[in-house]
Amino acid sequence: MIGVVQTAVSLDVRGVRYAYPDGHVALQGVDLNVPRGDRVALLGPNGAGKTTLVLHLNGILTPTEGSVSVGGLTVTPDRAVLAEVRRRVGIVFQDPDDQLFLPTVAEDVAFGPANLGLRGAELAARVDEALAAVGMSEHRDRAPQHLSFGQRRRVAVATVLAMHPEILVLDEPSSNLDPAARRELAEILRGLPVTLLMVTHDLPYAAELCERSVILDNGRIVADAPTNTLLNDAPLLARHRLELPYGFTPQP
Amino acid sequence: MGAGHGHVLYRESDSPVHRLPPEVKIVAMVVFTLAVVATPREAFWAFGAYAVLVAAVAALARVGPRWLLSRALIELPFVLFAVALPFLGSGDRVEVLGLRLSEDGLHGAWNILAKGTLGVLASLLLAATTTTRDLIVGLDRLHCPQVLTQIATFMLRYLDVLVGEARRMRVARISRGDDPRFLWQLRGFAAGIGALFLRAFERGERVYLAMLSRGYTGRMPAVWQGEGAASAGQWLVAATVPVLAASIAATAVVLS
Repeated sequence: MIGVVQTAVSLDVRGVRYAYPDGHVALQGVDLNVPRGDRVALLGPNGAGKTTLVLHLNGILTPTEGSVSVGGLTVTPDRAVLAEVRRRVGIVFQDPDDQLFLPTVAEDVAFGPANLGLRGAELAARVDEALAAVGMSEHRDRAPQHLSFGQRRRVAVATVLAMHPEILVLDEPSSNLDPAARRELAEILRGLPVTLLMVTHDLPYAAELCERSVILDNGRIVADAPTNTLLNDAPLLARHRLELPYGFTPQP
Repeated sequence: MGAGHGHVLYRESDSPVHRLPPEVKIVAMVVFTLAVVATPREAFWAFGAYAVLVAAVAALARVGPRWLLSRALIELPFVLFAVALPFLGSGDRVEVLGLRLSEDGLHGAWNILAKGTLGVLASLLLAATTTTRDLIVGLDRLHCPQVLTQIATFMLRYLDVLVGEARRMRVARISRGDDPRFLWQLRGFAAGIGALFLRAFERGERVYLAMLSRGYTGRMPAVWQGEGAASAGQWLVAATVPVLAASIAATAVVLS
């Protein structure tokens, strides 16, 4: 099964501050708690610090202050801890061409679990399971560049699912997808038995998939509430450069 | 996108040569080329025998002479130097078609031309019967340094992406009225190359981040390398060509 039970909290971010080497402060004290099995949307305008926060979740960036823990394990620069944290946090990057770097789909999906030390039949089983979860089993031997964009994004999701993550973090999952691919991805994501943190400014997509949303702006969490409540608060959205698409009315 | 389906060098087929594992073909090609290079240039008969070997493998691989020869033209710029040798060489002169040519130079030209052509033909046969992907797998199985095979793998994966990016940038440039016909109008193109380099560089960084996120520690995990590796029988079958070539080379050395 994808998703492993450890503690009741998948992600616990406490007071994370981060300043880039050039002095620009990207995060000024972020607190975020995601219980296991929840689907949470992280909303915010461009430049709010969303991607910076995501890179903290698996220890690629180390906070200047504060701490991040994943499934009860606090992220430290220790190699063994980092390896485990990177298994627990599956990040799906925005551009699938950044994520899929090997010549075939199956090899790419195997890359993560192989880094965990899996080999042989066990590894093959992980690959099959992850590809089946995103409906891409029949494309396992194809080259990523020969797949459609939507298919590549689904394979990118499979590459991290194969590591049995505690939490799946998706960076702008709906970007560049046509409406059908967008709907198919939503169906797949809804069916996955994992905790999900979805970084997006696609508000209808957040409403469709996540019950709870947080708004990050200027390096701070400025709102944390049920998605529908947030989407009905037009002044709040306007203050943080978020807008509903034309003709879209959120459910009250 | 969808580019990259067509192959310039690989010829899809199910011949016995195609079915051989890549590593044995690579070794066979290298040994064959070494044997050719080691042959003394005066042993003309040996080069004839090598040509027969190449022709036999080509026939077995169902690669036509036209296909081979048209692609072998790639060696032209490299052997141009050979043409100049008979005129520039020193030593005894011989009369050929009314021209007084250096005998040593003629031998030198023949040496470059014959060995170069045989080497190119052998490499083309390898490329025609092995996909680029398999070539990398083969090199990996031969314990080629992983850095090299990794670079080749990345190139294989991202060449299409880069070409696609370059094409989109060109279309965008032309759409805004850029029409470089002369050298001094190349500014847009040159800036495009710079931008492409930056994009490739940034992509490299993002790919690396994505790899780190999946637990990359600086070494590619050996995943399915063992699968489908060559059997002793396949090594033996593929050894016929290099063994024959080596015997020809040895005979030529002894006779000369």
